[in-house]
Amino acid sequence: MGKTLIEKVWDDHVVHSAAGEPDLLYIDLHLVHEVTSPQAFDGLRSAGRQVRRTDLTMATEDHNTPTIDIDKPIADPVSKLQVDTLRANAEEFGVRIHSLGDIDQGVVHIIGPQLGITQPGMTVVCGDSHTATHGAFGAIAFGIGTSEVEHVLATQTLPQAKPKTMAVNVVGELPEGTTAKDLVLALITQEGTGGGAGYIVEYRGPAIEKMSMEGRMTICNMSIEWGAKAGLIAPDRTTFDYLQGRPHAPTGADWDAAVEYWTSLRTDDDAVFDKEITLDASALTPFVTWGTNPGQGAPLGAAVPDPASFTDPVDRAAAERALEYMDLEVGQPLREIKVDTVFVGSCTNGRIEDLRLAASIVEGRKVADGVRMLIVPGSARVRLQAMDEGLDKIFTAAGAEWREAGCSMCLGMNPDQLAPGERSASTSNRNFEGRQGKGGRTHLVSPAVAAATAVTGTLSAPADLN
Amino acid sequence: MDKFTTHTGTAVPLRRSNVDTDQIIPAVYLKRVTKSGFEDGLFSAWRQDPDFVLNQPERQGATILVAGPDFGTGSSREHAVWALQNYGFKVIIGSRFGDIFRSNSGKAGLLIAVVDQDEVEQLWQATEADPALQLTVDLKERTITAGGRVITFQIDDYTQWRLLEGLDDIGLTLRHEDKISAYESRRPSWKPATLPIKVASDS
Ligand code: SF4
Repeated sequence: MGKTLIEKVWDDHVVHSAAGEPDLLYIDLHLVHEVTSPQAFDGLRSAGRQVRRTDLTMATEDHNTPTIDIDKPIADPVSKLQVDTLRANAEEFGVRIHSLGDIDQGVVHIIGPQLGITQPGMTVVCGDSHTATHGAFGAIAFGIGTSEVEHVLATQTLPQAKPKTMAVNVVGELPEGTTAKDLVLALITQEGTGGGAGYIVEYRGPAIEKMSMEGRMTICNMSIEWGAKAGLIAPDRTTFDYLQGRPHAPTGADWDAAVEYWTSLRTDDDAVFDKEITLDASALTPFVTWGTNPGQGAPLGAAVPDPASFTDPVDRAAAERALEYMDLEVGQPLREIKVDTVFVGSCTNGRIEDLRLAASIVEGRKVADGVRMLIVPGSARVRLQAMDEGLDKIFTAAGAEWREAGCSMCLGMNPDQLAPGERSASTSNRNFEGRQGKGGRTHLVSPAVAAATAVTGTLSAPADLN
Repeated sequence: MDKFTTHTGTAVPLRRSNVDTDQIIPAVYLKRVTKSGFEDGLFSAWRQDPDFVLNQPERQGATILVAGPDFGTGSSREHAVWALQNYGFKVIIGSRFGDIFRSNSGKAGLLIAVVDQDEVEQLWQATEADPALQLTVDLKERTITAGGRVITFQIDDYTQWRLLEGLDDIGLTLRHEDKISAYESRRPSWKPATLPIKVASDS
C-alpha cells in the first residue's frame, strides 16, 4: 500500500521509535519569538545545556512589538522585558535573531517562507499555534508549548505520537471574487472548530493546485482553527518557482537534488487516509464570521443566523452567547453590520499579495468616515516591497494608517487594540472574545472584504462598491 | 535534573482541600521571563495573613508540603510547580492531585508522594505537635519515615524511575543521542540552515 504525503514526511524524520512510545521526530527548523521562549532558554541555562543546532534555529520579534515609533524604546514594560530577554538569550546561545528594525524582521510565519528557509518535506515547529502556515510548502509544521521549545532547543527533536491523516478534497474551482480566506472560513464553518482534532490534514484538489503560495499559506495557517494539528499541501511547480532564488533556497546541483526529492512528496494513488472530506469551492462566495469562534461564519449575503436553527444544543448555546457578545440581532443582514476598524495584516493575510489586493480595491476611494483602517505588513520586507510598488501611497491617500511589521491587532498584545465595544473587520484568524482588545468584536474576513468594508463602513464585498 | 534518592526535612501541614494552581500562584505573577523567582507568588493571597502556616517562624526552611486532597487542580500552568520548587519544596505529600499538576511535577523533578487521607491526617497531627519533626522520604523504597513510623506512598513506576535516574524529558531524549547524531549525519547537505545568514541581494 502506498503512503500519504503526511506519512512520507513523518517517516523521513523518525529518529527513534519503539512500541508504546511516541516517535522521536527530528526537527528541521525551529522558529522562536519573544513570548513563548524565555522560560525555555532559562531552563537550558539552569540545566547547563546549549542550543544543539543554532543553525536550525531562528528568532524574530513580532508578537508584542509596536508598529509605530520602532526606533524608540518599547513603551510597554512587559513587551520590553520580553524583547530584551529574547535579544539577550539569542546573544548568549548564538541564535540568529531578526530584531525590530532589521530588514528580515516580521511575523515568524511570514519570514521563514520569505527567506526560503521553509522548504518541502521539512518538519517545522514554533511556540505558536499558527505554525501550520509552513505546511503550504509540503512541510509538517505545528505549534508547541514552552517545555517543548526547551526540548527542541536542547535536542533538535520532539517526542510525538503519530496523528491520524485526513484528506480535504476541494472540488471545483474558486469563483472570481473569492479567495483562499473565503475557502478556509467556509471549511471551518462546515467542519466546526473541532472537526480536524487529532489529524494532520492534506488539502488537495484543483482549487488548491491553482492557488498561489500566498493563498496556500492562508489555508494552512487556519488549520488549527478547526482543530487540526497541522495542514499541508503537496509541493509542485508553484512551490518550486516560489522558492527558487530565495536567499536560503538550494542552488546548482543542490537545487536539482532538492527538486528531485520534493517531487516525490505526493500522496501515492493507492494510499489510504484515515478520513476524507469534501468541500465544493465552486459554490463559494465571500465568507465572513458573525460569532466568537472561527466556525461561526456565513456567506456575506446571508443574515445573522437564529441560534434556534442549530440542532446541536452546544452549538445553539454558543451561538446565543456569541450574538450577545457581538451585539447582533437575529435576521440582521450581515452586509448591514457597521464596523469601526478594519485590520489588514497577520500571518493569515499579511503578505504582499494580500496588500496588493486590498490596495487595488481602496485605490481612488476613501475609507468611510469614522472608520479606522490599519495596514500592518507581515514583515519588514513585505512592507518595503509594498512601498516599492506604491501601495503605501494608495492606502494613505485613501485615509488608511500605514504601519511597521508585526502581529499587531491580530492578538492585541501591543498597543494596536480595539476599545471595549468596538467592532472590526479583520483579515486575521481568531475572533475570540477580547482577542483584539478587551470587549472588542471581530469579524474575520478576506483582504478583499476588508478593503471594501473600509470604504463602505459596513461589511461589504468589492462587487458592492460600484 | 538532579537524581532523587532520599530526602530529609521538616514539613508544612497545609490543611486545605482543592487548592488549585491559581491559588498556588495567581496569574499576575506569570509575567516573569525565567523559571526562577516565583517563590514570592507562592500562595500569595494566603501569605498576606500573618497566621498562615507558611508564615509561622517554626515552618521556615521546611522542604516537604503535606497537602490536602485535590491539590494542584485547575489551570495547566507549569509555574505552579516552579513556585513550589523555588520556595524550597522537594516533596509534596497528599492523597489526591490534579493530573496535569502531577505530570508537570514529575517532569520538573518535584516528588509527588500519594498516601491515604488517614495518613495525611496523621502526618498533619505529628508535624503540628512537633514542627521540628524530621521526615525522611525514600523514593527507592517508597517510604516516608516520621518519628519512628514508616508509611508507604504510591508513585507510578515510570515517574519513580525517572526521578531516581534524574531524567527530565530532555534527559530521556538524550539517551538516544547516538541515534540523533546518526540521523544528523544522514541528513542531505542541501537541507536549509539558518546560519550562516543569507540576505536577499535585491532590495
Ligand atoms: S500574526 Fe497573529 S496568529 Fe500570526 S503569529 Fe502573530 S499573533 Fe500569531
